Amino acid sequence: MALKVTDLRVYYSSLAGDVHALDGVSFEVADGEIMGLAGESGCGKSSLGNSLVYLAGRMKYVGGAVQLDGAPLPIGDFEAMNEHRFTRISVVPQYAMSALNPTRRVGRMIKELLRSRGFDYHAIEPELLRRLELVGLDADVLGLYPIELSGGMKQRTVMVVSTLLDPSLLIADEITSALDVSTQKAVASMLVEFRDRGFVKSMIVITHDISVLYQVADTILVMYGGELAEKAPASEIVESPRHPYTKLLISSLPEIGVRYETKKLAGIPGTPPALLDPPEGCRFRDRCPLATAACRRRPPFQEVGAGHHVACWQVAA
Amino acid sequence: MSALVELDACTKVYRVGSFGSGRLTAVDDVTFDVRSGEVVSLIGESGSGKSTIGRMILRLSPVTSGAIRFKGEDISAFGDRRLAEYYRHAQGVFQDPFSSYNPVYKADRVFALVKNAYFPHVDGATWRSRIEASLEAVSLDPRQVLHKYPHQLSGGQLQRLLVARALLLDLEFLVADEIISMLDASTRIDVLNLLGELKANGLGILFITHDLSLGNYISDRTLILRRGVVVESGRTADVFGDPRHPYTRSLLAAVPHLHTKWGPGTTTEARHSPTTPPALVTVGPGHLARVAQ
Repeated sequence: MALKVTDLRVYYSSLAGDVHALDGVSFEVADGEIMGLAGESGCGKSSLGNSLVYLAGRMKYVGGAVQLDGAPLPIGDFEAMNEHRFTRISVVPQYAMSALNPTRRVGRMIKELLRSRGFDYHAIEPELLRRLELVGLDADVLGLYPIELSGGMKQRTVMVVSTLLDPSLLIADEITSALDVSTQKAVASMLVEFRDRGFVKSMIVITHDISVLYQVADTILVMYGGELAEKAPASEIVESPRHPYTKLLISSLPEIGVRYETKKLAGIPGTPPALLDPPEGCRFRDRCPLATAACRRRPPFQEVGAGHHVACWQVAA
Repeated sequence: MSALVELDACTKVYRVGSFGSGRLTAVDDVTFDVRSGEVVSLIGESGSGKSTIGRMILRLSPVTSGAIRFKGEDISAFGDRRLAEYYRHAQGVFQDPFSSYNPVYKADRVFALVKNAYFPHVDGATWRSRIEASLEAVSLDPRQVLHKYPHQLSGGQLQRLLVARALLLDLEFLVADEIISMLDASTRIDVLNLLGELKANGLGILFITHDLSLGNYISDRTLILRRGVVVESGRTADVFGDPRHPYTRSLLAAVPHLHTKWGPGTTTEARHSPTTPPALVTVGPGHLARVAQ
């Protein structure tokens, strides 16, 4: 098991109190698994990604444990995480487009980064060039400033740099959202290729776009209001979702072929709950068409089929 | 049916580089029209010139050559007074709802500005009932949105509020430029359906997007734009169902579907095809494409 997260709680401190961004999250990512993480904005998906790598600022580690390759990962200790970041767990952040230092040529930035971690650039350079070529970039990019690269090129450069030391886990946060469809396809396919070539053992791919996840992910985890709603193999989430939230989310996606004139789709009424003072019980209950009195208690995240977990009282095991 | 907005061979050339020494043709000889009660989607990737077209129609940016006509009148000839009158009928809503608002003013100030500029003589009670009617038209509850600051509202609510603001005017034409790109999947579809309802009420809408599935869902006609050039246009069902231009095909092949996986191969070769495209030819009823015959 590459990653095992147990009852993770991470809150944001604010003047008004703690925002419960992650409220008791437990899941596992197997070796070689690409897990997609989906949900609306503000459901905690980026908080989950960030807390595994870079828990800083207003984020506060409250409880729970994270194990990477069987050894505990000290996510609550910012300093102690330094030896794991980039080497064992790495991230392609949401702002990857602006993650490159604008005042350094790409090559020099990589050199400085590796040196700061105690690695010899020249020993790694051949591999770097090989991987740049693999993602369709010329060795010339190393001599360019970030401003001279297009969005897709920057995205690919950051991906190559993030995975250069073959980490066990890569967290890719909304990396395809700002791209055009053809670039999006290229970058998303690259994620799978990196896993297949063993550059990265496992991945968590965060995006609000379930149709992209369906293309690249082995499993999909759906979050809602800082908690887990459903996790299952990608095809099962798309073909036979069990949680009412997942069902509504999937049915609200327009697909090529679906037209307003012939088939009017519906959104999900209401908004996600404020996590400053999250509601008791099932957090989806105010928007849920199936809610009953039973939903006033928090539903357990339980297995309802092989590899299929759901947190809903209305879904019988 | 006569055209509400017509673009006639519109071209936009930007000066780029130091001292404007370079020339960049952002929009190249684009001709199309939008009729009342119709949604036309303008689909293109970044840098295709789709937003420039929207801005030119709203006269936020002048055309370099060609003409844009609203109900037969050339908009570039409008003086201040006539332009204000034009904006009574033609409005735009843009991508980022969070930056369209002044964060220190409550949302209802958006409506007060409209009253001051266009309806100074309407009395308060009538104005309030108009606001309520237009909020209702976009499915917002006045009690939930008025008297709130922008940060207290969701992206979907803010976008709908902007449409409601436009509806207070005698709106006939709306430029919707990537209005749902920043919204969640769950609220996106509600804003799209709203466009569908407005269309049923006779509004002409130019729906600008990079997302093919959204354009396909809502529009009657579609234009595919690539580097400022229309490569294919026609009824949405024809363009999506029977794409003739290789670029349209490559875009469609790259769209992630929910129930089918991507085919092999990349789409990069289609992006670097020759720079002089063939002329637009008719390939079906109302269906044009730049393909060699």
